[in-house]
Amino acid sequence: MFEIVERQEMAQGTIISNWVKAPKIAAKAKPGQFVILRANEKGERIPLTMADTDPAKGLINLIYMVVGKSTALFKTLQVGDSYLDVIGPLGQPTHLEKVGKVICVGGGTGIAVLYPITRGLKQMGNYVYSVIGARSKDLLILEDKMRTASDEVMICTDDGTYGHHGFVTDKLKETLEKHKDIGLAVCIGPVPMMKACCKITKDYGVKTLVSLNPIMVDGTGMCGCCRVTVGGKMQFACVDGPEFDGLQVDWDELTLRLRSYLELEKVSYDQFKEAHGAGKCKCCS
Amino acid sequence: MTEEVKAPKKEKIPRQKMPEQPPDVRARNFQEVPYGLTPELAMKEAERCIQCKDPRCLQGCPVEIDIPGFIRLIKEGDFEGSIRLLWEKNALPAVCGRVCPQEVQCEGLCIIGKKDEPVAIGNLERFAADHQRMHGKDILPPKAEPTGKQVAVVGTGPAGLTVAGDLILKGHEVTMFEALHAPGGVLVYGIPEFRLPKEIVFSECNYLERLGVKIELSSVIGRSETVDELLARFDVVFLGVGAGLPVFLKVPGEHYIGVYSANEYLTRSNLMKAYDFPNYDTPIVRGKKVATFGGGNVAMDSARTALRLGAEKSYIIYRRSHAELPARTAEVHHAEEEGVEFLLLTNPLRFLGDDKTGMLTGVECLRQELGEPDASGRRRPVPIPGSEFMVEIDTAVISIGSGANPLLTKSTPGLSLNKWGYIVADPKTGKTMKPRVWAGGDIVTGSATVILAMGAGRLASNSMHDFLTFGW
Repeated sequence: MFEIVERQEMAQGTIISNWVKAPKIAAKAKPGQFVILRANEKGERIPLTMADTDPAKGLINLIYMVVGKSTALFKTLQVGDSYLDVIGPLGQPTHLEKVGKVICVGGGTGIAVLYPITRGLKQMGNYVYSVIGARSKDLLILEDKMRTASDEVMICTDDGTYGHHGFVTDKLKETLEKHKDIGLAVCIGPVPMMKACCKITKDYGVKTLVSLNPIMVDGTGMCGCCRVTVGGKMQFACVDGPEFDGLQVDWDELTLRLRSYLELEKVSYDQFKEAHGAGKCKCCS
Repeated sequence: MTEEVKAPKKEKIPRQKMPEQPPDVRARNFQEVPYGLTPELAMKEAERCIQCKDPRCLQGCPVEIDIPGFIRLIKEGDFEGSIRLLWEKNALPAVCGRVCPQEVQCEGLCIIGKKDEPVAIGNLERFAADHQRMHGKDILPPKAEPTGKQVAVVGTGPAGLTVAGDLILKGHEVTMFEALHAPGGVLVYGIPEFRLPKEIVFSECNYLERLGVKIELSSVIGRSETVDELLARFDVVFLGVGAGLPVFLKVPGEHYIGVYSANEYLTRSNLMKAYDFPNYDTPIVRGKKVATFGGGNVAMDSARTALRLGAEKSYIIYRRSHAELPARTAEVHHAEEEGVEFLLLTNPLRFLGDDKTGMLTGVECLRQELGEPDASGRRRPVPIPGSEFMVEIDTAVISIGSGANPLLTKSTPGLSLNKWGYIVADPKTGKTMKPRVWAGGDIVTGSATVILAMGAGRLASNSMHDFLTFGW
C-alpha cells in the first residue's frame, strides 16, 4: 500500500497534488519517468508522470487533473489513505544535457511533467526560458516552482487574466524569433498544444522534445496499447518513451487513439458521479 | 455343439467424459467450460490405466510426474495420497490438468490409446488438484531443512512458479518478483477465465506462499530494480519473464480504434476484468464483428473471448489451411462448436477505418492457396492474384505470436541474447552466460506452452539446487 502523506488541491480543485510514500521508486526515479497507479481492486491502471521526488523521505509527487472516473476516484483519497498499487519508475528518463539555451513550454497539467525536466536542464547549466500557460489565472499551477527552475518565465492565459493574453505558442514563437541560439525546446501539455508548438519549432528548426500520454495498460511494453507513430515507425510510449522527438510524431493518429474509449469512459464516470451525488461513495459517506 | 469356456473377460470401460457447459450457453458466459470429473467418474477412469511396468506416458511429461502412481491412488480412493504424489513433481497440477496439450504428451504415448482412447491423464490430474482444493485437508508437502540460501525468481508465470515450488521444498528461501499486480503471468493475463479460472491460479500461488515463497507484486525488474541489484541480495536468480512483446501485422491501418494485440485484448479482459465493465473500471471495445488474426491457442482464446463479450460474428483469419492450425485440436473444436467462423487461406492486406472517428470498419484480405512445402515442412501459402475481398469488422485482434520483451534483458549486462532477443541458456540446465543467473520458458525459447516452460523451470531448478548445494 502506498500512503498519501500530503495532498493539495490546485486550480480550483480541478488538479490534485499528492505526495505518496514509495521509497523504492523515489530512490530510482529520474525526470521524465512515470508510474502506474491503481486505487483499488477494480481500478484501472493509470499512468502518471512524476512531478517531483524526495528520495530522502521516500516520497514521490503526483499531479493529475480530474478528467474521468479513475482520477475522480483518486481525488477522493485523503491524507492517510493509500493507493493499492504504484508501479515504477517506468519509461525512459529524459536525456538531460547542456545545449546552451533551452525553452520549456508547459500547458495545464503538463507543467507538472515539465517541472522536473526544466529543473534538470537548469542544473546541467543551460539558460532556461520557460513559457507556462492555462485557460485562466486560477487554473495555472506550479508558477513558483517553475520560477526557481528557470532563468526567465513567461505566463500566458487564454482569457488574459494573468500574463500574456493568448496561447503559449505566441510566446514560444516570440522567444525563438528573439533568441536564434536556442538549441532545444521541451513542450508538454495537451495534444493540440504540443502539436501547435511543434509546428512553430519546426519552422525554426529547433529540436523538440514532447512527452506523450497515450492510453496504456501494463506499462512494460507487453500490450502495445500505447503505440504511437514516430518518424514513420511504431513506438511504444511506455518503454520507448514517453518522450519523443516532437517533430516526428504523428499527432493526428495520437489524437484519434486518445478517443478510443470516450463513450465507455463517460458511462463509467456518470455512474461514479451518480453514486457520488447520492452519498454512496467513500468521499461522501 | 460345444463352446469353449473362456475366462470371463473384464468389461472394457470407455473413456469417461467430463461434463461441460453446452456450446450455445457457454459461448455467452465466462464460466469454465468443463465442470470436472466427479469422484465416481474419476475412480472409474483411473481403472482404465493398466499400470504398465514400463510406462510410456512418463516419457511425455516434461516435469516427470509419476503418472501411473497418482492414477492408482485415485483408483483406490486415496485422493490425498494422489495430490501428495503430484506435488512431488508439480506445483501447479490444477493448471496443468487444464491447459497441457496432453494429446501430444502423456496421453499421446499412453498404450491404451493404441486401440482405444487413451487414459484421461489430464482430467485425472485436474480432478486430484480440484478435489484437494475444494474438499481436502489443509496439508502441505514436507520441506527440507533450511539451507539459508536466497533465491530470486523474476516472473511468476509457469516457469518461475515451478522453480519456486521446487526450490522452496529443497529448503532454500525464495522470493518472486512480478511486474503486474497479480501473480501468475500468462496464466492470469493471457489464458481466459473460461479455460482457466483465475481463482485456481491464485490458489496455486497461495499454495506456494503457504510453503514460504514470498511474492513481490508490481515489481518491474529492469526498472524498479536491476538483475545486478538482485544478485547483490540473492545467491541465485532465475529469469522467467516470458515473451511479452506484441507482434503486429505491419499492414496499414493498425492504429484504428478497435485494433488490438492479443496481449492487450486478453489482458484487458482477463487481468483487468473488462468483461465486467463498468463494475470494473477498465473498458474494452465490445465488437459486434470481430476478426482474430492467427491460428494458435491464443487466437482461439481471443475469438472465444470476443463471443463472450457479445460479438455476433467472431472470425479466425489464418493464412494457412485447417490442417496447419497450430492450436490444440480441442481448442479448435471448442471454438468451432461455439460458432467461431474460420476464414482460412486468407491474408490481411490492410485495415480500413473512419478517419473522422478513428473507428475500424473493415479489413481487406487476399485469398491464398497451398503451394510447395517451406522450411517448416508445411505447404507454403501462395497468394491468388486478384482475389482481394473485404470483411466488415469493428474489432481486430492480432494474435500472430509474440517476441522477446527487451525491458529486462536490455538492463542486464552480461546476458547473451540471440538474434531475436531471447536469452541464450543451456538447454539442459538453463544456465545463462551471466554467473549465478538462470533462465527458462518463453524468454529463452520464444512463445511455447505452459508445460514446456514448466519443464524448463524444472531443469533450471535442478541445476540451481546443485549450484547452491555443491557450488556447480
